[in-house]
Amino acid sequence: MAEKVALTGNDAAATAFKQVNPDVAAVYPITPQTELMQLFAGFVADGLVDTELVAVESEHSAMSAAVGASAAGARVFTATSSQGLALMWEIVYIAASLRLPIVMATVNRALSGPINIHCDHSDSMGARDSGWIQIFSENAQEVYDNIFQAFRIAEDHNVLVPVMVTLDGFILSHTMETLELLPDDVVKEFVGEFEPATNLLEVKNPVKIGPLHLTDFYFETKRAQVEAMERARGAILDVADEWEKLSGRKYGYFDEYRLDDADVAVVVLGSAAGTAKDACDQMRDEGVKAGVLKLRVFRPFPGKEITTALRHLKAVGVMDRSCSFGLEGGPLFNEIRAAAYDTDLKLTGQIYGLGGRDVTIDHIKSIYAELGKVAESGRIDPLTWFVGVRD
Amino acid sequence: MAIPADTKWKDMPLGGMVPEPGTSEEYQTGTWRTFRPVLDTDKCISCLTCWILCPDSAIIVEDSKVTGINYKHCKGCGICARACPDKVKAITMKLESEFND
Ligand code: SF4
Ligand code: SF4
Repeated sequence: MAEKVALTGNDAAATAFKQVNPDVAAVYPITPQTELMQLFAGFVADGLVDTELVAVESEHSAMSAAVGASAAGARVFTATSSQGLALMWEIVYIAASLRLPIVMATVNRALSGPINIHCDHSDSMGARDSGWIQIFSENAQEVYDNIFQAFRIAEDHNVLVPVMVTLDGFILSHTMETLELLPDDVVKEFVGEFEPATNLLEVKNPVKIGPLHLTDFYFETKRAQVEAMERARGAILDVADEWEKLSGRKYGYFDEYRLDDADVAVVVLGSAAGTAKDACDQMRDEGVKAGVLKLRVFRPFPGKEITTALRHLKAVGVMDRSCSFGLEGGPLFNEIRAAAYDTDLKLTGQIYGLGGRDVTIDHIKSIYAELGKVAESGRIDPLTWFVGVRD
Repeated sequence: MAIPADTKWKDMPLGGMVPEPGTSEEYQTGTWRTFRPVLDTDKCISCLTCWILCPDSAIIVEDSKVTGINYKHCKGCGICARACPDKVKAITMKLESEFND
């Protein structure tokens, strides 16, 4: 049965990819992702997987190789961070529009400049409209679990949308944690045989992938892509149910922590959810009814479900680890605010942790304290603020 | 068959792919032409230089002889006229506006 091990987030991801044993991996190093693919390359060298490892000369080429291999009918994965994702940009969109079920681990790191190697979500957030499903992870266990689910969601023939599984750079990628691994045969059965929907190498039925669409067809192809992302909503929950039966671990669009009877809550993505839960417990000890909503699926965005889960709260803080210049508050705040437009929800936004700036329990308690004032007065002022910046 | 122009989004092939080969034959790139290559078959020595170089495979060859130009697909780039040997010059580029068809 399940085996308890201590692994870094990168190792947990590499181990999951090893157990999936994909046909092709496109590899280019970038901190803090490098270790992930280095470990996987070790598995290839040791003969533990059958994967064809394609070492390319840039991330643009990594995603291009992934697109080519996927279009040819292979199960493909890659991994990147920050500038690497930025360099892949045009092919990231193309992979999604071609409906290729590629899985990519994105080890979140701040985008330059100034140049920085530490965690924030500006890389993933920039790709939020690229057409990829985006699944965030709080810890190494979730990274491991999300990768298997990602293949199933992406490869569902009703979906066929690539999936990005994110893990916070260094905080998760390089921190060792205990997690449970499932046996090879169990996950192999869960992931199943890959049945490609596009196969360029099928000589009897030749097709052309990636043709020019002008004013005549582009709009229809994009409309179909929107629908595929909508269909991913159901697939994400179905796959999570199946995974729960195997692993005993429950997944959904998000996770609610002490939210039922809470008055105030924060919404958070990624590893800071752990810190938020500790802050929440301390607030509870101090008599404040605090809660946490940890968002797992950012694309497709579960706006309705989030609003429903938050509807009874007196004040909510939405925490963003990235910013949107010229717009007040970060992307997560603005999307939840848009989803809650027809409700009376009192929402505020906090930008924290840019460039890997530490976010502490006290930081999050300070947010709860501000939320307490909003709850009491019913007045929101300010609407958004920065947490952890020197001012 | 190419994908019909009135195809609804629900009926689009996956990822906008072209689900069968050879459909570019149905795409009439000839409508883009400003200059039309006109072939003088009396001058032509069928050296096939134009046939090799034409980017649209629009030079018609029958029994190893150049017999005409496929105006449905010829984009009027003028490569054939330029490449035709100096001593022959069997192809002349003429403005489309000089023709009534
Ligand atoms: S003008 Fe260009 S496209 Fe037309 S026949 Fe000559 S080479 Fe081909
Ligand atoms: S290049 Fe000139 S001579 Fe040679 S085949 Fe073409 S038209 Fe004829």
